[in-house]
Amino acid sequence: MSLLEVRDLRTWFHTEEGVARAVDGVSFEVDRGQVLGVVGESGSGKSVTALSVMRLVQEPGRVEEGSRLTFDGRDLLGLTERQMRDVRGNDIAMIFQEPMTSLNPVYPVGDQISESIRIHRGLSRREARSRAVELLRLVGIPLPDRRVDDYPHQLSGGMRQRVMIAMALANEPDLLIADEPTTALDVTIQAQILELLFEIRDRLGMGIILITHDLGVVAEVCDRVVVMYAGQVVEQGSVDTIFARPSHPYTQGLLAAVPRADKRGGRLAVIPGVVPPPTRWPGGCRFRPRCPYAWDLCHQQPGLLAAGPRQLSRCWLVEHPKRRLQVERSGGGFQSRVAGEGGAV
Amino acid sequence: MIHVPWQEPEQLPPAKGDSDLGGRRLEEVEPGHALVDVRGLKKYFPIRGGFLSRVTDHLLAVDGVTFWIGKGETLGLVGESGSGKSTTGRAILRLIEPTAGLVRFDGVDVTAMDRDALQGLRRRAQIIFQDPFASLNPRMTVGDSIREVLKVHRLARGDVADRRVRELLKLVGLLPAHANRYPHEFSGGQRQRIGIARALSVEPDFIVCDEPVSALDVSVQAQVVNLLEELQERLGLAYLFIAHDLSVIEHVSDRVAVMYLGRIVELADAGDLVAEPKHPYTRALLSAVPIPEPGRKRKRIVLPGDVPSPVDPPPGCPFHPRCPHPLKDEECARVVPPLAEKAPGHFAACIKEPALARFQPGAEEC
Repeated sequence: MSLLEVRDLRTWFHTEEGVARAVDGVSFEVDRGQVLGVVGESGSGKSVTALSVMRLVQEPGRVEEGSRLTFDGRDLLGLTERQMRDVRGNDIAMIFQEPMTSLNPVYPVGDQISESIRIHRGLSRREARSRAVELLRLVGIPLPDRRVDDYPHQLSGGMRQRVMIAMALANEPDLLIADEPTTALDVTIQAQILELLFEIRDRLGMGIILITHDLGVVAEVCDRVVVMYAGQVVEQGSVDTIFARPSHPYTQGLLAAVPRADKRGGRLAVIPGVVPPPTRWPGGCRFRPRCPYAWDLCHQQPGLLAAGPRQLSRCWLVEHPKRRLQVERSGGGFQSRVAGEGGAV
Repeated sequence: MIHVPWQEPEQLPPAKGDSDLGGRRLEEVEPGHALVDVRGLKKYFPIRGGFLSRVTDHLLAVDGVTFWIGKGETLGLVGESGSGKSTTGRAILRLIEPTAGLVRFDGVDVTAMDRDALQGLRRRAQIIFQDPFASLNPRMTVGDSIREVLKVHRLARGDVADRRVRELLKLVGLLPAHANRYPHEFSGGQRQRIGIARALSVEPDFIVCDEPVSALDVSVQAQVVNLLEELQERLGLAYLFIAHDLSVIEHVSDRVAVMYLGRIVELADAGDLVAEPKHPYTRALLSAVPIPEPGRKRKRIVLPGDVPSPVDPPPGCPFHPRCPHPLKDEECARVVPPLAEKAPGHFAACIKEPALARFQPGAEEC
């Protein structure tokens, strides 16, 4: 049984401009000790998916009827708010991109860590404090017994992110959801944080959902990948498959757009246009207006089709590989940078 | 991209008592025809404290930086937060006043310019920022924002200005009709295009690009990077391209300078820097860049600790407390490493890396 199973998750925002279907029928699962990467551009629904799992979606947002979230055999959507608060502290923890927004500026960081330990574990003030120091040491903060009394603004960005991770790990959760945890950090600090997450996963056997737009991070850290576009999963598979044989044009485009320090020169491939607003997803395939392979068939919405062993792609090209060849022979598509892998012959 | 060839300067005799450290110093190199020539640039910010708000200390944001940029060339400036890269970019345009050092733009000393001369400089040297939204007036239409620049520099008014606005918007891939819209109506990538259009309105020769794509999604980032490259080819622009993302820097730059704690620790052709980094910090930085290719797990060099405070930088080599170099010893804590030539045209500030001998007739030709 998977640690977390998300089935047909739909989180819609009922706004004055209409219904924003931010997450629109998303399914995936995460196992213990596994790192699942969720990738996509801003506006693809990654963060709302995470917030939905935590049941932290704010009005006018709503997890719609028929969505199912099963964590360790428990139906999360059936829990009372009180029970859910318990799950949030003990079983599922989340870290956010900008730690400053989730740390309280007027309390020392140690108090904020020990607060959650005291609430969920009933430790004394002194015990909780020494546990906080221990956690700060675990996440690699130098002089933790002094730093524990620092206020958030006295810490660097990397240190704050470590404090956030320490808070998230305080009660040894089974599942950690990390929403762009390294995006605001410098690369050498990012490397430290990623190593840290790895080490903790190995030590505690947690499942991790890593939400990121950085495909390099995904390649290095994740076991499986879910690619999201316009509120839907457009491709999923093992990290090796997705990078070696991306099937969906959106995945191909994302991969081709990344500048690489190890490969120089040439223009970057570009996905034209931007993600449309969630109140106006295009009919049929939602990627159609930006897709260089689009044709008549794409006016019908494709389902998630089996593109390979344990690889799913929401694209008609799976069933019509000739179309892909046609476009690429005439110089279109994204073959230039993924050549020889999934694209061109 | 136009590549400015390495100018072979006159050979200088070795300085006395210097033989140990060896290698030509970057400061000794006279560039041929640099558009921008920066020598020993320093920017110290005073820190005030205490009862009388006296200056108690200084933050050494930029601590003696030397580089030059040729016409049509892109110099990448990479470093982590607090390394002084943005301060460098602003100081050479005198958006902040440098504390010491020399900046020459097309041969003219920028540090000695008066107000009028500076106004002239800004017609030729512009800057674009990470967040163009912050530099656009939210109550002004995009067209008015661009027209304002044209007016300030007395370049065009009336119908001529309107036409110019439409041209500029088209040049950066927007529609002429966008002139009547407000900044909030645009996406991040489009706003960056507006920022670029505004910078281009004075027809500059040189643009400081300060983290222009750092806030953008990868697909939009690619659009803006391609646009900057196309504009460079069409208009012969020179860029100082500042970013913390080594992959982007490496893609757009002819040469790259790596900054750490206010100093350049390595400067080389982009390809050489990536293929054969000569400074342990650059090596760590390169190894930390995640590569989107799963099977290729490299050994990541994880640096211990944070970047030290620029108020109280470590003595000797500023990198030595975090340095993983196998030959690191107490000398590193004592000697400030010069930016010395380690391979032809490849400079690094590390005394533990063998330098290129000063006199090797013929050898530098290979």
